[in-house]
Amino acid sequence: MAMWQEKEHTKRPCWVQPTVLSAGLKLGRLVSPVFGGPGAMDNRGFQQGCFNSFQSSSSDEDLVDIPGTAMNFSLRDDVPPLDGEIEEDKSYNGGGIGSSTRMMDFLEEPIPGVGTYDDFNTIDWVREKSRDRDRHREITNKSKESTWALIHSVSDAFSGWLLMLLIGLLSGSLAGLIDISAHWMTDLKEGICTKGLWFNHEHCCWDSDQVTFENKDKCPKWNSWSQLLISTEEGAFAYIVNYFMYVLWALLFAFLAVSLVKVFAPYACGSGIPEIKTILSGFIIRGYLGKWTLIIKTITLVLAVSSGLSLGKEGPLVHVACCCGNILCHCFNKYRKNEAKRREVLSAAAAAGVSVAFGAPIGGVLFSLEEVSYYFPLKTLWRSFFAALVAAFTLRSINPFGNSRLVLFYVEFHTPWHLFELVPFILLGIFGGLWGALFIRTNIAWCRKRKTTQLGKYPVIEVLVVTAITAILAFPNEYTRMSTSELISELFNDCGLLDSSKLCDYENYFNSSKGGDLPDRPAGAGVYSAMWQLALTLIMKIVITIFTFGMKIPSGLFIPSMAVGAIAGRLLGVGMEQMAYYHHDWAIFNSWCSQGADCITPGLYAMVGAAACLGGVTRMTVSLVVIMFELTGGLEYIVPLMAAAMTSKWVADALGREGIYDAHIRLNGYPFLEAKEEFAHKTLAMDVMKPRRNDPLLTVLTQDSMTVEDVETVISETTYSGFPVVVSRESQRLVGFVLRRDLIISIENARKKQDGVVSTSIIYFTEHSPPMPPYTPPTLKLRNILDLSPFTVTDLTPMEIVVDIFRKLGLRQCLVTHNGRLLGIITKKDVLKHIAQMANQDPDSILFN
Amino acid sequence: MATPWGGLPRLGASLSLSCLALAVLLLVRTAAAAKNSEDVRCKCICPPYKDIPGHIYNRNISQKDCDCLHVVELMSVREPDIEAYCLRCECKYEERSSVTIKVTIIIYLSILGLLLLYMVYLTLVEPILKRRLFGHSQLIQSDDDVGDHQPFANAHDVLARSRSRANVLNKVEYAQQRWKLQVQEQRKSVFDRHVVLS
Repeated sequence: MAMWQEKEHTKRPCWVQPTVLSAGLKLGRLVSPVFGGPGAMDNRGFQQGCFNSFQSSSSDEDLVDIPGTAMNFSLRDDVPPLDGEIEEDKSYNGGGIGSSTRMMDFLEEPIPGVGTYDDFNTIDWVREKSRDRDRHREITNKSKESTWALIHSVSDAFSGWLLMLLIGLLSGSLAGLIDISAHWMTDLKEGICTKGLWFNHEHCCWDSDQVTFENKDKCPKWNSWSQLLISTEEGAFAYIVNYFMYVLWALLFAFLAVSLVKVFAPYACGSGIPEIKTILSGFIIRGYLGKWTLIIKTITLVLAVSSGLSLGKEGPLVHVACCCGNILCHCFNKYRKNEAKRREVLSAAAAAGVSVAFGAPIGGVLFSLEEVSYYFPLKTLWRSFFAALVAAFTLRSINPFGNSRLVLFYVEFHTPWHLFELVPFILLGIFGGLWGALFIRTNIAWCRKRKTTQLGKYPVIEVLVVTAITAILAFPNEYTRMSTSELISELFNDCGLLDSSKLCDYENYFNSSKGGDLPDRPAGAGVYSAMWQLALTLIMKIVITIFTFGMKIPSGLFIPSMAVGAIAGRLLGVGMEQMAYYHHDWAIFNSWCSQGADCITPGLYAMVGAAACLGGVTRMTVSLVVIMFELTGGLEYIVPLMAAAMTSKWVADALGREGIYDAHIRLNGYPFLEAKEEFAHKTLAMDVMKPRRNDPLLTVLTQDSMTVEDVETVISETTYSGFPVVVSRESQRLVGFVLRRDLIISIENARKKQDGVVSTSIIYFTEHSPPMPPYTPPTLKLRNILDLSPFTVTDLTPMEIVVDIFRKLGLRQCLVTHNGRLLGIITKKDVLKHIAQMANQDPDSILFN
Repeated sequence: MATPWGGLPRLGASLSLSCLALAVLLLVRTAAAAKNSEDVRCKCICPPYKDIPGHIYNRNISQKDCDCLHVVELMSVREPDIEAYCLRCECKYEERSSVTIKVTIIIYLSILGLLLLYMVYLTLVEPILKRRLFGHSQLIQSDDDVGDHQPFANAHDVLARSRSRANVLNKVEYAQQRWKLQVQEQRKSVFDRHVVLS
């Protein structure tokens, strides 16, 4: 046991999981019963009771107490430790390492680590932030002493920017890898390039002289599977061979993706944004941003995208970038040890992820600010800006699409729009809102089914079935057969004379010699057939996306949502265009659209529709418009995009309260305290706090009278993740707060490493050891793990204030006092439960356990 | 780093990752420098005009020569129409790096291949090897794992054994087993209990 424990120590600090420990238990190894029992993860609440005696006290006094306590908070937000206790605070804030080394010399870092957190727990932002400030203060003080310390302090200050640079480089390169490989593998479904196996279809015919105007992408070097296998490209048999190969490749890619995810990194599935949102708000999911998740997500994302499923790479790219951020954090002491600082880095990494996904650096920063981040100080804004810049630059220099752009669907038209067109744009906004609400409802219902029924037991079969259906339905229709990004790019495109695709099959008149602006033209037969094909595509995308999002492969929903919107927009746009052409004498048209003028751009409608649908699903506004505007590079279209995004948000909000990410967070029951919603109920802290009226007493520790055995009994009998420390049970005056994990670790270490500590040793949390009669066993001082500045509110504090405190400071728990005596405790989960209860939801379904 | 054992491998792993990123970037730069002739093109698209059909022309030509007169074959066009025809053509100069594409695809395929091999090893080969090495008695011992026929099911076992020996080589095995346990736990929470990511 000792040897194993030793190894555990030396190998990797702060990364021991309950799994390892319970594995130890399973094998009958000697693990102390208090050490990481199955209940270690379970911190449903703290203890209870003991306020019967206070109930009779007069309410007048209570009212006086409230303003005092409230002021106390506002001060504490800015001023970290109390001035008089800086010395002590330092030792405790530094993770308790300083003074514990004196006791246990050979143990430099406490092993699972005092000041770290269990899996599926919430971090304490206040504690982490004050730890960082202490660390910073220490480095600044030392820097005056020697040159080396000065260099150390400079490098420490610089490390944040260096980290951003590395994140940008790494996520940009990975995005380039994903783009190039996904493009190649998508085309592999249709054929192969004989000139060089690594070229995709477009690059295969890149320098060919034999491409024709009608068949832009046909060249002799590109061989479809029918050409290779049965050496013909005409006829029904060739079609069947191609069809068969298409489905086969799709199934193979999907199967590889889901089995890699299942074997190596189950956390790599899904889009990742709901989880990253939760992690950024302070939740801990160990391994979610680890090396294996990164590798598997990158590799399987390519497979998933190229299997032709209705999913995109944008959401997973955010996860990939966050993994990069988390892994690179390990290089820097400043970020490795501090969960709050690390979350600042992850916010910036999320920005870099969106920056490379859409080629929109500013949009990425705003996305991080609006959608994912929880705590976003100005410093993080600048760092995100820098990371997004570096990432975009890296991707640009890789030039994955060979068009000097960062995305496939870049738009380049600048035709003006007329005020009247706001009406169809708002219609598109309404459509987007409806789609968003419909998608969220049905997708959540389906995911709930997957979560609760037998369906969830067969992830591989589910993926294969959905892939088979998608591939079989997709091949006959050319708009579903091509990759969704290409489809969007074609829909965004404004038809010029140079385009020979079906969608641009207008009847041309060659009476104008201008090369540039084309007047509105009557649609040709190709446009009509494209229209009904697109309508079929729309229906199929709508249905299949609902079942695809949430499967156990990496899947984002930006691209499918945008595709739905772009198709709807294009249909409406072409409709408007034809109406304007045939009925230009109508009152609505004749003022601004004379015959032979170019009034309506269907590509713009597609763009607005895409923005509306994306907005309806994710409920983004500002970042969405900025992303779309960075895609188009035209300032003219900001107002249409804003109108559509706003309308779709209104419509979607009216039909369903939350966006897709929040809905998934709620479905999984992550402890996420939404910062956007107001809490407007008139309840008081005492209505929420534990213990409730009929519960047993609140479990407390006394500062200098409990023995090691007493404390161990308390630990093993309860599952609470922390205990308040009081002066004595009679007075119940609060001294501080101690975390279960820290307590377990410290006692375990003391028993092993410190001479003479036995079950009857007294544990004390005071500055000096209590007077002891002679011949008693040595005492154990645990002041270093005691949080001397726990948050307290009085029992009559309104809950809206308490919720605000939890939200803004990122608290984990808050103690409730009455006349200065400890009465109870409110944890983050109690707050979440209470909010759910007030919103008439089932409080037990909300919480993570 | 605070602890030599815990910090260094982690630092090494992260540094190697960032080195990879830098290497990719450098590669791209050098690839761009050693531009081979087939990596630039001037592409002119000429729409149909009167009775002349539409055409797409690709030429390896320097950027300054990328215009209709240098690229498009104007032999078939009658003299008075040349100007009108050329006005409608759109010429674009484009660059790509075929080396980047080639290297990226090779890197991707080799990583994918390695992962697949490892996956096959873990799911098919290793259980057979373990059964042959440790015999039947081992399997009975880990009673509660028998029902679990997923890969890594014997991780608890090996973890327990590797604890007793402590040499450098075992550390690798130990790390591997611990990783397996983590994956097993993740798999349980995602696929069996459905607590995360559903």
